[in-house]
Amino acid sequence: MTATEVMTTTIETGTNRQELTTPTIGANILRPDAVDKTEGRFAFSSDLWAESMLWGKILRSPHPHARIVSIDTTKALNMPGVKAVLTWDDIPGNHFFGLEKKDQPVFAHDVVRYVGEPIAAVAATHPEIARQAAEAIEVSYDPLPAFLDPEEIAPADPTVDSTRRSRRDSEQDIFRHISIRHGNLDVQGEVQVEGSYEVGMQDQAFMGPESGLAIPASDGGVDLYISTQWLHVDRDQIAACLALPPELVRLHLAGVGGAFGAREDITLQIHLCLLALSSGQPVKIVFNRQESFLGHVHRHPARMWYRHHALKDGTLVKVEARIILDGGAYASSSPAVIANAACFAAGPYRVPSAAIDGFAVRTNNPPCGAMRGFGAVQACFGYETQMDKLASALDMDPIELRLKNALRTGDTFVTGQVLQGSIPVAEVIKEAASAPLPPHLLDNPLAMPGGAGRCSDTTKLRRGIGFAVGFKNLLYSEGFDDYSTAKCRLDGDTITVICAAVEVGQGFITLAHQIARDVFDTDKIVFSAGDTNEVGSAGSTSASRQTWMSGGAVQAACNRLRDRLLTMAAEELEVSPHQLYIKNGRIVSSGTSVEIPFEALSVNGPIEEFVEYHHEPTYLLDDNGQGDAHVSFAFAAHKAIVDVDPELGLVRVTHISTAQDVGKVLNPIQLIGQIEGGTMQGVGLATMEELIVENGVVKNPSFTDYLIPTALDAPDIYIASLIEQPEPGAPFGAKGVGEPPAISSVPAVVSAIRQATGAPLTRVPVRPQDIVFSADNKRPTADGVLK
Amino acid sequence: MVMSINRPTSLEEALQILADNPEMEILGGGTDFMVEVNYGHRRPVSILSLSRIAELRDFEVSGSELYLGSGITFSKLVAPPLAELVPGLAQAARTVGSPQIRNAGTIGGNLATASPAGDTLPILLALDARVEISSLNSVRSLRINEFITGPKQTVLQPQELITGIRVPLHDSSQEFLKVGTRNAMVISVATVALVIDWDSYRVGCGLGSVGPGPMEALEAERWLAAKIDWGNRRIPLEESALRSFSELVARAARPIDDHRSTAEYRRHAVAVCARRALERASHAYE
Repeated sequence: MTATEVMTTTIETGTNRQELTTPTIGANILRPDAVDKTEGRFAFSSDLWAESMLWGKILRSPHPHARIVSIDTTKALNMPGVKAVLTWDDIPGNHFFGLEKKDQPVFAHDVVRYVGEPIAAVAATHPEIARQAAEAIEVSYDPLPAFLDPEEIAPADPTVDSTRRSRRDSEQDIFRHISIRHGNLDVQGEVQVEGSYEVGMQDQAFMGPESGLAIPASDGGVDLYISTQWLHVDRDQIAACLALPPELVRLHLAGVGGAFGAREDITLQIHLCLLALSSGQPVKIVFNRQESFLGHVHRHPARMWYRHHALKDGTLVKVEARIILDGGAYASSSPAVIANAACFAAGPYRVPSAAIDGFAVRTNNPPCGAMRGFGAVQACFGYETQMDKLASALDMDPIELRLKNALRTGDTFVTGQVLQGSIPVAEVIKEAASAPLPPHLLDNPLAMPGGAGRCSDTTKLRRGIGFAVGFKNLLYSEGFDDYSTAKCRLDGDTITVICAAVEVGQGFITLAHQIARDVFDTDKIVFSAGDTNEVGSAGSTSASRQTWMSGGAVQAACNRLRDRLLTMAAEELEVSPHQLYIKNGRIVSSGTSVEIPFEALSVNGPIEEFVEYHHEPTYLLDDNGQGDAHVSFAFAAHKAIVDVDPELGLVRVTHISTAQDVGKVLNPIQLIGQIEGGTMQGVGLATMEELIVENGVVKNPSFTDYLIPTALDAPDIYIASLIEQPEPGAPFGAKGVGEPPAISSVPAVVSAIRQATGAPLTRVPVRPQDIVFSADNKRPTADGVLK
Repeated sequence: MVMSINRPTSLEEALQILADNPEMEILGGGTDFMVEVNYGHRRPVSILSLSRIAELRDFEVSGSELYLGSGITFSKLVAPPLAELVPGLAQAARTVGSPQIRNAGTIGGNLATASPAGDTLPILLALDARVEISSLNSVRSLRINEFITGPKQTVLQPQELITGIRVPLHDSSQEFLKVGTRNAMVISVATVALVIDWDSYRVGCGLGSVGPGPMEALEAERWLAAKIDWGNRRIPLEESALRSFSELVARAARPIDDHRSTAEYRRHAVAVCARRALERASHAYE
C-alpha cells in the first residue's frame, strides 16, 4: 500500500479533530520511557540476565592484514568453566554477512583484514574466565603488507599521478565508483575556486555499549535480545549464518543506548547465537568501551577535491568534485554512503553542469559504514567551504551567494531528478542568517576557550561568525523498498500498536502513541515492538525515516482499524459509517446521544488490522549518475559563533543559530532534542571528534581520548525557525529531522574559526596546531580583539 | 578466581598488612585503578583499600607547612579552606576529570599513578612539596621529581604507602594553566605551574605532559628569580622578559608526538602558558 492508497481507505468524517480529548500531534506528550530512564530503572541491553547464563568474549585480530597460519583452541577449551570456543569451522551456515554485500566473515578464516576483526568467540561461566580463555587461544599469524592509504587506489586531486595505485587491484579494492556527469561539461566559469579537503574518522560514540543475550529455545531455534537499529535485517543475516529458518531466530528489542548508525551492521549478534546454540545455555556479551570502538563501523574519513565555476554575478555554472571515502576492510554500507556523498557533493544549489566522482575504497583500516548524515556530512564540509571561498573570490556576501543559487521546487538536481515537494533552501538560509547575535563575552572563565584549564587570555580572544547550509535525502534511495509494517489491535478498551521500528532514544514510541491517540482519541494505548515473528519489518531506524515510514505504517494501521470499528458500529446502529466519529475511546453518532464504547466492539475477541507501508518508488543511478534516486530531501542551515584563542589554537563554540526544514512539528521537545543533539555531533566533528588510526591501529579507543563535547563545550543553541511546509506524501507532512542538524553545523563552525583566525582550515576536526601553525592566523579580522 | 580485599580502618593496621603482604595492590579513589581493571591491564588478586582510613583524609597546618593526607580528594582541594591555602593546587585539582571523578580521586593516587599528564604534579613540583612515604618501620620524604622516576614509575616500594604531602605555606603567587583539546574532562596536552615564593625568594616552575614526568624548568626558575625585584614585589613584564622566560620554559620541555598532540605544539603551548602565568602573577598585585 502506498501513501496515496492509505488516504483513500479512510472514512473521511471518522474523527472529529476539534473534539479530541487527549493531546496528540504537535503536543509535548510525556515519553513512556522518560521516568524509568531518568530514575535509572530502564533496562538497557547490557542489563539483561538469565538463569544459568554464560558470558561470551570475542578474540580479535591485532594485525591490520595477516595470514592466519594456525588457531589452537585446546588450552581455552580445557579451562574449567569454559563451555564453548568457536571459530570459522563451527559456523553451520553462511560464513559471511553484510548489509549490502555479504563480504564480512563471522570469524576470520585464512586472513585478517583489520585490527579488531573477530577470530574466535568463547562462552564461560564467568566473564573473567571468558576473557582468560579468549587470551589462551593461540593464533599464529604471518603479517602481510597492509593497505592503509585510500588514495593509493583513487587520489582525490585529479592532477596527482595515479600510478600510486599500481600495487592494487582496483576492481577488488573499490567498493563503488559513482560518476555523475550532468549538463555541459565544457563550460568554464568566469571565476573558479579550487580546494582540497579532509574529514577525519568520526565515531558514533553512543553511551550504551554493544550487548545482548541469546537464549537457546527448545524448538532448536534461538531467542536473541539485542540492541540494534533493524531487527529483521539482523534476523535474516543471523539465520543465514546459523542455517536456521528465519522463524526459528526470534529477535526481541532490548533497551538501546543510542545508535547513530553504528548498530546497523552486525557486531556480536551471530557470535551470541552461535555460542548459545553450541553451549545449550543462555549467553550474554557486553562489549567494554575499547571493544565497542573496535567492534562497530565508523563515519568514513574523506579526502575531497573541488573546483567550482561561477559567473561574475555569482551564478554557479559547474561543479567538479572527487570524493574518496575510506571504507576500511569490508563493504558495510559504503556503496550507499558514497552514492550520497556524490549526489550531494554540489550542495543544495542549482548547478547546471557537474562532473562528480565518488569512490568508496577498501583498505586495511577499520570498516566504515553508517553514521548520522551518511555521506552528506563529508560532502557538506567540502561544498560549503568552497562556497565561502567563492564568495571571497567574488567579493560577495556569502549569504547572498548561497541565496542566489539556492535550489527551489521544480529545479533539476545534478542527478537529473526534478525536485518535487517542499524545498525551502532559501527559507532556512534567511532564517538562520538573520538570527540575532548573542551578547559579546560572558565574564565566566569556564566559558572561554580552554574552559576549566583556564589557559586563555581574554584580551587575546577573537570572535568569528560562520554560516553553512546543508541537506540530505530522507528514506532509502536508489530503488530500495524500505517499507514498514504495523499492526493495530483493539482488545477490551485498549489499543495496541505493534511495530518493529527500533526506539534508539529518538522518541518513535512517543510518536506512535501520538498517532494512535490522534485516531482513537484515547490514552489507553500500548506500544509493542513485538518480536520478529509477531510483526514484519519496520525497516531501519536510519536515514531520518521512521517518522515517515513507521509513522505512516502506524497511522495507516490505526486508520484501518478505526474504519473497521466504525463499520461494525454502523451495522449495529443501522446507520452510515459516515455519521459516526470517535470521541474519547467511544464511537459516537453525530446528532444523537448514541455511543458505543470500544470494549463493546471487542467482546468477541481482539480485532486486528495490519498494514505494509511503502514509499514512492525510486530508481538506481545510471552510468552517468542520473536518475530519480531519492524520495525526499530535508534542509538545515547553521550560523555559528566561536571564540578563539589564536595563540593556543583553542576554540569555544559559543552560540549556534539554526533553521530547519521539518515539514510539520509533531512533538516540539523531541524535535528540538534532535536538532540540539545533531548540532552537537557536528560541533564535535568540527572541533575534536576523531578516531586516530595509525598503521591500522585505533590509537584512542576510549572516552579518555576519543573526545566528545562536554557541557562546557556546548554552545547555546537557538532555534531561529522551524520551517513548516508540509511534504506531500509524508504522514502529516512531517519530514525526518534527525540528520540535517549534524551536516551544516560542521562547516558553519569551521567557517567561524576561519573568520576569527584567517587560518585556511581545510580539515576537520580542527586541531589546535592547525590554527597555531597556520601562516595566516595573525591576520586581524573585522571582529578583531574582544573586550 | 578469588580476589580478596582488605579494608583496614587505621594507618597502622594498613602498614602492618602491607608489611605482611607486600604483593597487595593499593586502592585509593579507584579512578585510575578501576580503568585499568576494566581494560584488563590490571588483574588484582589481593587489594588493600584505603577508603576506611579516616586519618589519610585529614589535613593540618603547622607553622609554615601544610600537611595533606594522601586520601584527600580533588573535590576537597577545590573548596575552602584548602583552596585558600594552596590556590594553585586547587586550580589544578579543578581541571581533573568530572565532578564524580574529583569526588573519588585523591592526591595520593595522582602521585602513585605518576602519569606524565597527572594534573596536580606540576604544581606540587613548583610548590616544592614533599611526598611522605611510610612503611611499618620507616618514614621518608621526597621531592616530587625524586619520587617520580619516569612515566608511571615511582620509587615506591612494595611495603610502602604514600601517606601525605607536605606543602610549604609561604606568601606566594601561584598560577596553573592547563591546555587540552576539550574544555573539561580532558587529559592535558600541556600544563604550566608557576609559583613565586615571596618569603623564600624562590621561583618554582613545573610542566606537565611535556616529558616523561613532571618537568622542572630549572633555568627559567633561576633566570626569573634573578630578575624579580623581591623587595618591591615587582615581576619583570617587559616584552623581552616575557619572551626570555617563555623561551626558557619551552626549552625545559621534552615533549613527544602522540595521539593527543604534537611535540611542536606542546612546546609552543608551554611557552604561551608560561608567559601568561607570569603576566597573571604580576596582575595579582596590581
